[in-house]
Amino acid sequence: MGQKRTDLLRGTLDLLVLKALSLEPLHGVGISRRIAQITKEAFQVSFGSLFPALHRMEERGWVEAEWRSSDNNRRAKYYRLTSAGRAQLKAEERQWNQLVMIMAAAVKST
Amino acid sequence: MLKRILSLFRNLFRKRAIEQALDDELRSTLEALIQEKIEQGLSQSEARREALMEIGGIEQVKEEVRVVRAGHFVEVVAGDIRYALRQLRRNRSFTAVAVLTLALGIGGTTAIFSVVNGILIQPLPYSHSARLVEVGLDFPGINQFNWPLSPLEYVTFREQSRTFEDIGLYYTGFGGNLYSANVTGFGRPEHVPALGVTDGVLSILEVTPLLGRSFTRADVEPGSPDTLMITYGYWRTKFGGDHSAIGTTIDIDGKPSRIIGVLPQRFRFLDMTELGILLPLKTQSLRGYNYFAVVRLKPGVTPAEANADVARMIPMELDRPVEFFKEARVTPNVQPLKQYIIGDIGKVLWVLMGGICLVLLIACANVASLLLVRVDGRQQELAIRGALGGSPGRIAGSLLLESLVLAVIGGALGLLFAYGGLRVLVALAPSDLPRLNEIAIDGLVLLFTVGVTIVAGLLFGAMPALRYAGVRAGTGLRETGRSVSASRKRHRARNALVVVQVGLALVLLVSSGLMIRTFQALTHVQPGFTAPAEVETFHVHFPPEMIKDPERLLRLDQAILDNIAAIPGVSSADFSGAVPMDAGAESDPVLVKDHMLQGQLPPARRCFWVSPSFFSTMGIPLLAGRDLTWNDILNKRPVAIVSENLAREYWQNPSDALGKQIGGSPKEWRQIVGIVGNVHDDGTSQEAPATVYWPVTDADVFLGSPAFALRSTRARTESLMNEVRRAVWSVDSDLPLYQVHTLDYYYTKSMARTSFTLVMLALAGGMALLLGIVGLYGVIAYAVSQRTHEIGIRMALGAQKRDVLKLVVNGGMALTVIGVGVGVAGALVLTRFLSSLLYGVKPTDPPTFIVVSLVLTGVALLACYIPARRATKADPIVALRYE
Repeated sequence: MGQKRTDLLRGTLDLLVLKALSLEPLHGVGISRRIAQITKEAFQVSFGSLFPALHRMEERGWVEAEWRSSDNNRRAKYYRLTSAGRAQLKAEERQWNQLVMIMAAAVKST
Repeated sequence: MLKRILSLFRNLFRKRAIEQALDDELRSTLEALIQEKIEQGLSQSEARREALMEIGGIEQVKEEVRVVRAGHFVEVVAGDIRYALRQLRRNRSFTAVAVLTLALGIGGTTAIFSVVNGILIQPLPYSHSARLVEVGLDFPGINQFNWPLSPLEYVTFREQSRTFEDIGLYYTGFGGNLYSANVTGFGRPEHVPALGVTDGVLSILEVTPLLGRSFTRADVEPGSPDTLMITYGYWRTKFGGDHSAIGTTIDIDGKPSRIIGVLPQRFRFLDMTELGILLPLKTQSLRGYNYFAVVRLKPGVTPAEANADVARMIPMELDRPVEFFKEARVTPNVQPLKQYIIGDIGKVLWVLMGGICLVLLIACANVASLLLVRVDGRQQELAIRGALGGSPGRIAGSLLLESLVLAVIGGALGLLFAYGGLRVLVALAPSDLPRLNEIAIDGLVLLFTVGVTIVAGLLFGAMPALRYAGVRAGTGLRETGRSVSASRKRHRARNALVVVQVGLALVLLVSSGLMIRTFQALTHVQPGFTAPAEVETFHVHFPPEMIKDPERLLRLDQAILDNIAAIPGVSSADFSGAVPMDAGAESDPVLVKDHMLQGQLPPARRCFWVSPSFFSTMGIPLLAGRDLTWNDILNKRPVAIVSENLAREYWQNPSDALGKQIGGSPKEWRQIVGIVGNVHDDGTSQEAPATVYWPVTDADVFLGSPAFALRSTRARTESLMNEVRRAVWSVDSDLPLYQVHTLDYYYTKSMARTSFTLVMLALAGGMALLLGIVGLYGVIAYAVSQRTHEIGIRMALGAQKRDVLKLVVNGGMALTVIGVGVGVAGALVLTRFLSSLLYGVKPTDPPTFIVVSLVLTGVALLACYIPARRATKADPIVALRYE
């Protein structure tokens, strides 16, 4: 992953994680795979970035974690959006859309 | 925010559970990944390898997670502290030396600061004490300053002032006699230290009695029943703390008086330490300029405004002769009460504070030097930490933290030292040190210690931390193992530290040297009396109403005198109003008949009222004429004796004074019958005042409370004092002896401040010398150990022991000489602050500077010689193999 893409990811990682969790609770690997899926394989989130982000969001109260059995009967830590997390997702989506619109207009104007 | 704080606590206190959960999570993630790979058709081992690669190092991920957690910084610091403690434990001798050095420095500084705090900084223990002032009078025309008031001013000021909220008079005694009273009629007869107060005093100090009531205007009215208040201490000892003490009647100097109140335990009257009873000053019985005045100013009034107000009121006093006003130039002297109590002790204390701060600086330099050695020894470790990803800032920070941990341990031990040292210090302190009982380690002192500890830690920690910043990771790793002859640069910092240490030590040693010279000069001054240790003195106190019968008092005094003079081994005895140097003698205007100047007040002279044999008892030489005789005393013959300097002032040749007429007033002329030697009544550091000795019968007040003195080689023995007591009690069995001291006591006391300053500065100088030399020795010894290899090569190539010795010693002496130079320059500037404490020696006294420089250089030479000798003993073979 190049330097530029990491920077882009850093700004958007929270949004991607929140978005990935908005459908259903997932564990770490699941979130990683879901982000790859919704970004059409454009982003491969490393676990070295994903786990710190998850723990930070947990401390902020955006996500909650619980231990559950996964599909093949292994125990895994599942993360779920809290209501604060949903609100945060909405806010970040709105900010993102604004940014995109502003940037698109700016790029077009030249 | 609250959540964040909660997680901070959870993270810090449930660390193990959280670590466990993180570990579980990552393991389950790894397993999930492996499972995924296997399902994609990889073999078990291949799947595991791929999964591990995808996670990218489990430990690294964990560390990343830890960093985002709340309280990460606290954990890092806690980790560093643990690491620092481990480092310190591993290196015990280093830690012990560093901690001890710091504890000495911080402890000393704390102890002296608690003295400065208790005496100079803390407000007086009265509420709104900033509004309290002492009001006195100056008479610059007759060279008299800070006189107490007479009842005349009291009444005028009380009625007319615009700036006083209230004024109170108090009475602590007349001449050398502290006010005191005989208490009889309840338990054992006692002689109790007393204080006379008008009704205003206690309310001005805002003191509420523990029991009963304070004095009111009614208690000081003429003809009112006699009352008194007692202090807490006296209440406990005399009445066992019984509440029924209130209302009890006891006899004060034979007059039945009712106890109306008990003062609270923490009550202290100004600086009086021993006080038993408070008696009302009945305004109509007040006489003369004997009463000190304490005033509470109206809010917002400054002492300067009060001074102007008093100046306005002085001309309002009607019954004082107008000429006296003009000549004496009566001017007000209003000073803050705190200033009045602490006097000029501030000079001494700030000098001591400065001295001990220098010691602390030397201690810091020592520890910095030790730390630099350690950083040198740890370059590899630090380089490895750097290579493993520790940022330079982080590593420098952890080095600084290590220093702070060291400082805190040193500071804690220093506080213990200070606690112990303070007791010694208070015991050593001269008895005229004010507010001694208010010296304690309080909140401000603790805050000061914490501050000093942190500043010290940063000060000596900065050098190794900065030093590390100069060492790049790569260079450190490359410079492994054998260090060839130490580069000059490497030692520059430590050399600079040694120069500073030697310089500071020199400043302190010069200061204490100057104090030693001062003390020498003082003890070389002849006080004017001889063998003061053989003169025993004591006061007795007859009930005040007996003063109406001076004939009877004189008979009693004579009877006592005859009894003590008859004690075996007593060569001479007398009684007088005051003892030389006891600060009890007064100055009064003295007229000289053939030197009368019209319209000009005669200058005030030191006056003693003495019995015959005063001079032989004190050992004051009779230069011309004769002593007083009992014939003079009993027949009230108009005679007087003067000191040599007074005689010379008027008649050049002392013996020409004989037969001349002098007097206290133009109506009473007396003939000079004897000339005696000068006495340094104000202490040896002051000029001997021109003195007149009047017959004791001239002042009835001294017949009522005389100071007896006797000369005997048995002075200071218990057996002699027992015989003296029996001698007094055979005249009056109810008469207690008080202020029992030898003349030597007063003589020593007059130098107490100088000797206190001397002892304290010498202590600081000794500490500075020790620390400075240890620092120098450490640097030289370390340099030698680093150069063992080089020295081995030199010796293998044929260098003689002498050459090696010279090589090492020269290195150390060069530093010492620079240090001495810096120190001399510093001392020339700094000793100026000492000048007011010095006597008979200039702050730039060359002998002191030379001797101290030589001594310091000599000791430094020894400190260099020891490691140098060790270097020459090195076997070239072993030395080459070293490392």
